[in-house]
Amino acid sequence: MKKACKANLPAMIFLFALLILWQAGAMGLDAAYILPSPTQILAKLWELRDVLFTVHLPATMLVTAIGLGISLVLGLALAVVMDESDLVRKMIYPIVVVSQTIPTTAIAPLFVLWFGYGIWSKVLVTVLITFFPITITVYDGLRSAKTEMAELLETYGATKKDIFLKIKVPCALPYFFSAVKMAVPMSIIGAAIGEWLGAKSGLGYFSRRMMTQLDGAGVFAPIVLLSAAAILAVAVVNLLEKRFVRWRGES
Amino acid sequence: MLEFQNVSYQYPSEDFDIIDHLSFAVEPGSFHCIIGISGCGKSTIFRMTNGLLKPKAGTILVEGQSIVGRKHYCGYMPQKDLLFPWRTVGENVALPLEIQGGLTRAERRDRAEAALADVGLAGCGGKMPDELSGGMRQRAAFARTMLTGCDLLLLDEPFSALDFLTRISMQEWLLDQWQRHKRTILFITHDVEEALFLSSSVLVVERTPIRELAEIPVPASFPRDRSCLKLPEMVELKEHLIDLLRKQVTP
Repeated sequence: MKKACKANLPAMIFLFALLILWQAGAMGLDAAYILPSPTQILAKLWELRDVLFTVHLPATMLVTAIGLGISLVLGLALAVVMDESDLVRKMIYPIVVVSQTIPTTAIAPLFVLWFGYGIWSKVLVTVLITFFPITITVYDGLRSAKTEMAELLETYGATKKDIFLKIKVPCALPYFFSAVKMAVPMSIIGAAIGEWLGAKSGLGYFSRRMMTQLDGAGVFAPIVLLSAAAILAVAVVNLLEKRFVRWRGES
Repeated sequence: MLEFQNVSYQYPSEDFDIIDHLSFAVEPGSFHCIIGISGCGKSTIFRMTNGLLKPKAGTILVEGQSIVGRKHYCGYMPQKDLLFPWRTVGENVALPLEIQGGLTRAERRDRAEAALADVGLAGCGGKMPDELSGGMRQRAAFARTMLTGCDLLLLDEPFSALDFLTRISMQEWLLDQWQRHKRTILFITHDVEEALFLSSSVLVVERTPIRELAEIPVPASFPRDRSCLKLPEMVELKEHLIDLLRKQVTP
């Protein structure tokens, strides 16, 4: 822990310097509706703590969790079938890549039309953004399994299932965690974008509402909260990774 | 023990049979080295015997029965140790038992520990493979091959990646293992001295495609030590074999 603090010290100092610069700039400009200062944002966060923490944060986290869950199931399933069958890979892979060229923010209003202001239009945006890195990274992980290892197990009489469980899964596990670490912040961003475009609650929605009221600090406060949530979630994934991955690709 | 009857094999990318109507037989309890230049097809013989490749024609018999549809009749040890880096040494060694099934986790661990003790790696079961030296890894891989429980062992250049001193002590160690366990060993190498030191008779690949293996008895008795390599008839045989192989090498 002490070591981690020491390693992050330069970043901390630099970040602090930037915040001071921001504070000074904002105070000089003195137009909180355009550029609120960090202290104003913190004050706003405190002032709005009730509604932010009890209504909007849970709403966003619910979208994130459902979206991430669907992305994980979908991404893992696609990766496994693409690894199993060449034909399926040839069918799906290009479509998966093309799906990423869709400008999600532009098409999201359509989702609102289709699924309404409820939670599902937001979930769809989240899934569209996050299933891609999961699919591709886990697929690469499954591919990284060495054929020699599979052949060795075959000479022991192993079935396809044995090879999948004893070689493919352990090989793909570090890749899987990398994918989740990428997907977590993206899913939070996805949820916020979805809410920004049309919702009844959520941090993205709240930020937008503050925008219409020209409340600069109010725009920033939920964003700070979103970042903190993302950092926290990635830290949790890191802990899980340390617990489950004894080995990482180098050998 | 092992018998090839008119076996042929052709790689899809080649327009000739690399193994062409090959017949040979190996008696139980013997130690044969197959010697030949790189790429001559000697590994193909192993890969057909262990079932990774299907012969184009002919029959392979192990213990008098065709290998078609059979499992668990031979133990195969490839050139690389292929210890799975995410498993402990003990879990690696227990892999053949795990695939064959029928034992509890504790029974598997006991057998793996006994096999490790037998190869001089007592107490290494809990280590990770990257904590072992090259020679130790090969011995662990050998213990894993022994746990296939098969009387026929196919060793494909197992020591070729080791440094010279480790290699000669591993050769002595392997002879000792063979004399204690009375298994049938087929050993591929391109090192003439290694072949002479280890085997009761050498099977020479004189040309590719392989139509026959010339069986040359080694004029030394078991148990032997490295001083037998200095006997005049051994030196003569060694020179003869080197001549035979050099003719096939086109620089």
